Amino acid sequence: MMSALNLALSACGLALAAALAPSLVHRPDMQRTTLSLLLALTGLLAILAGMAGLLYGGGDIVLPLGLPWLPMHLRLDALASFFYLVIGALLLPVAIYSQGYLRGESHLTPLAIFLPLFVLGMLGILASDDAFTFMLFWELMSISSFFLVTFKHQHAENRKAGFIYILMAHMAGLLILGSFAVLYAASGSFEFSAMRQAEISPFWASVAFLLAGFGFGTKAGVVPLHGWLPEAHPVAPSNVSALMSGIMLKVAIFGFIRVVWDLMGPGDFQWWWGTLVLAAGSGSAVSGVLLALQQHDLKRLLAYHSIENIGIILIGLGLGMLLAHFGHPMLAALGLIAALYHTINHALFKGLLFMGAGAILHSTGSRDMESMGGLIHRMPWTAVFFLVACLSISALPPFNGFVSEWLTFQTALLAPQLGGALLTAIVPFSAAMLALAGALAAACFVKVFGVVFLGHARSEAAAHAHEVDNWMKLGMAIPAVLCLALGLLPVLFIPLMDAVPQSLLQVSLAGSVHAHGWLWLTPVTAAHSSYSAPIALAGMLVLGGLAFWLTHPKGTSIRRNVLWSCGNPHIHARMQYNATSFSQPLRRIFAPIYRPEVHAHSEHSRHKVLANQVLYVVHVADLGVKYIYQPIGRFTLFTAKLLQHEHQRGIHAYLAYTFITILFLLAVYI
Amino acid sequence: MSSAFVQMLQAVLLLLLAPLATGFVATCKARLQNRRGADVMQPWRNLRKLFGKEVVMAAHASWIFRTAPYVVFTATVMAASVVPALLVDTPLSLTADVIALVALLALARFFLALAGMDIGTAFGGMGASREMTFAALAEPAMLMSIFVLSLGAHSTNLTTMINHTLNSPFALHPSLAFAMVAMLMIAVAENGRIPIDNPGTHLELTMIHEAMILEYSGRHLALMEWAAMVKLMLFATLIADLFMPWGMTTDASLVGVAVAFALWIAKLAGLLLALAVIETSLAKLRLFEVPEYLSGAFVIAFLGLLSYYMLEVGA
Repeated sequence: MMSALNLALSACGLALAAALAPSLVHRPDMQRTTLSLLLALTGLLAILAGMAGLLYGGGDIVLPLGLPWLPMHLRLDALASFFYLVIGALLLPVAIYSQGYLRGESHLTPLAIFLPLFVLGMLGILASDDAFTFMLFWELMSISSFFLVTFKHQHAENRKAGFIYILMAHMAGLLILGSFAVLYAASGSFEFSAMRQAEISPFWASVAFLLAGFGFGTKAGVVPLHGWLPEAHPVAPSNVSALMSGIMLKVAIFGFIRVVWDLMGPGDFQWWWGTLVLAAGSGSAVSGVLLALQQHDLKRLLAYHSIENIGIILIGLGLGMLLAHFGHPMLAALGLIAALYHTINHALFKGLLFMGAGAILHSTGSRDMESMGGLIHRMPWTAVFFLVACLSISALPPFNGFVSEWLTFQTALLAPQLGGALLTAIVPFSAAMLALAGALAAACFVKVFGVVFLGHARSEAAAHAHEVDNWMKLGMAIPAVLCLALGLLPVLFIPLMDAVPQSLLQVSLAGSVHAHGWLWLTPVTAAHSSYSAPIALAGMLVLGGLAFWLTHPKGTSIRRNVLWSCGNPHIHARMQYNATSFSQPLRRIFAPIYRPEVHAHSEHSRHKVLANQVLYVVHVADLGVKYIYQPIGRFTLFTAKLLQHEHQRGIHAYLAYTFITILFLLAVYI
Repeated sequence: MSSAFVQMLQAVLLLLLAPLATGFVATCKARLQNRRGADVMQPWRNLRKLFGKEVVMAAHASWIFRTAPYVVFTATVMAASVVPALLVDTPLSLTADVIALVALLALARFFLALAGMDIGTAFGGMGASREMTFAALAEPAMLMSIFVLSLGAHSTNLTTMINHTLNSPFALHPSLAFAMVAMLMIAVAENGRIPIDNPGTHLELTMIHEAMILEYSGRHLALMEWAAMVKLMLFATLIADLFMPWGMTTDASLVGVAVAFALWIAKLAGLLLALAVIETSLAKLRLFEVPEYLSGAFVIAFLGLLSYYMLEVGA
């Protein structure tokens, strides 16, 4: 039998092969098939590697690649295995989906090269066991995803998004490099095994934590560093958006856990680390969903929801860090499990949502929700899958999103007295923010599903939409089924994840979670809290069946009739509530946060009551972009302009640069 | 009697008594307003009439519109049957703790709002938009007041929480008072009662719940109405459970259940009478004052939490 590490390495190898394939295969149709097939196999191998790694343990290997004195260290531990599982679980359906989605795309070569490289980068990050390899794959991931964001570079909007993306990716990379530098200084080695052992002073530990937190936080899209995310995700092709949002953000979460929980370890945690992560998580969760509510570009809205969900993951992690610091490893493990459970859940439902958005884009040619409506009649399958994802992301039972949010609530509620009263009160307060975010997410997805799929078509394109092909349906069906399975049977899945807290915190939750059999999820004991999705679902099915059977006397059918419209025979599709009007109450309630800019304009012929045309445009700006991204962007362009004179000198200037560099290096080293 | 039987009994009782509870509020309101009003059986007569009527549906209504009444009804009834009413330790109460109960109600609300959007009328969308907005603001307040209660019991299981209150010596806890006020405010809002929404109006620009179910008819409308009645009953029972569980039986003996039943009815009557008094004496709030009301409830619940940590921990 192949070991988990070998499976992981073959997944990486297959991704590399897929990246090289376009040099042999030139016809777009063949390229598409090879790409989908190889990526699907990569996904399958990643799932197997993850399962094997979690069940039977991983392994490590040193490959003679890279720098002469620093060969490539690779290691598959429980944490990496879990994230292999996450990547594989989404990559497989997305690859199947791509087979249908990319049909008819003529210039496929850039995508066929960079998509597998992007996957390879992510798989490599998970397996790397030294800082150099980690950064190498990290940059591979960032740069190849830049080419994916700018795949449709004909549009100026996409080039702008690409610029912001690469800028922030590198700022994040620089910060992460800084945190590795601190750890290197403490351990004297680039290898993770040495960093784990090294003693580090509280001050430098905090510096490394902050650098890692801001670096990975930027990549994960934590508010207020999130500005690149709503720009970059919508413009990428939808299968790429699904991977970027579903997996790439999770890789940043992985990096954070790797550096903070693993390389530094719970022993180094300080009380304010967890508090900071908790605050960042609560802030991201609420502001992400508030901004999402005001979007009418479907993919942009979903991108903001990624920020919200990263926030929810961080709430779990932050609670875990606080509890670990105050000496409650069991509860810390519960927080970690909640965060990881939400990680895989979000990968599945957000991947599914982006695939659904891609199907809609494919079929109507638009991302603008204001031009959709009534698609449930013309795209029935997509509607069902999309509804499953909407219910999951809104944390409604019996789907998976509820399980992870419930576990996060339990962690917050079971937290005992920590430090002072104020610190203790922050914990339930963050749980309340989680409740607010969850309920606002439900509002947002009622809006999305209601405006896109229900009601009347708001445009010709929506009225003539068509259902997508079987590849895309299959690609969406897999995560939909997994969302339900993870919602119904968390008790079977959590023991699989249990290897992660075992390796990071040396405690196991498998015993207590499993104590009451597969039906009951009991994180601590049944007296504390329990939840049984199978029984709730079975009860609802029985009740619903009874209600249906009892309320249908023989021979009654439903009479269909035209809509009563107060006597007005012409009902216009624009009379419906649309995305902007749905979120109007929230825009008004949270006006101090949103600061909406309203442009109302009406044209009237004779009297001001007799308007010919009314134009109402409302714009909600993202303050993170305005106050953080634009200054950084301006600064970068400004310094680039200053330097551009220096770099257009003659050869003697370049010789002088070389000489000065050598002098500097000699001065530093001697 | 076995506890499974009592579980069934209380679920059926909740279902059957729910229209009476709504009727009781209506009758009390009528008397308070010097009207005769219909008797308490009137909601039952309305339901029976609706169940017998033909269903008329808009031509382009999708399957969401047809399934929503069943989802709303079953999710609400499922949530209601989890709440212990007579017996403290019922078999089903392990299925869902308080958080899962709130989530089941959220599931019902999600489908209710989708049904409102399905027909594509302005009223439906308006109701859905408002319902989801206010629910989003009510949910943190509701959970916060539940947190206050669960902190003492170290549990979110209703059975454990009730046992904790029953077994601890009677004392005035300021945190519980805050939590109860917040919970009562939320219960009024969640059930669409004055001063948040007026269940007695149709076709009014400020309506919320009615706006979503405007297009329903026949058995679909009956299920939606019945679900709303069960929800009122559920909240009244939940408040009775959490704040005044005295009298609930811990064993499934006939006497115990009978006493618990009598006390349950008395507590419900008290709470519903209070609701009728509130509805009679207050005017409906302006729509955009509702957020202030709800954030007020949140702040009160949070004060309860702080007072728990500052005054009661270790005491």
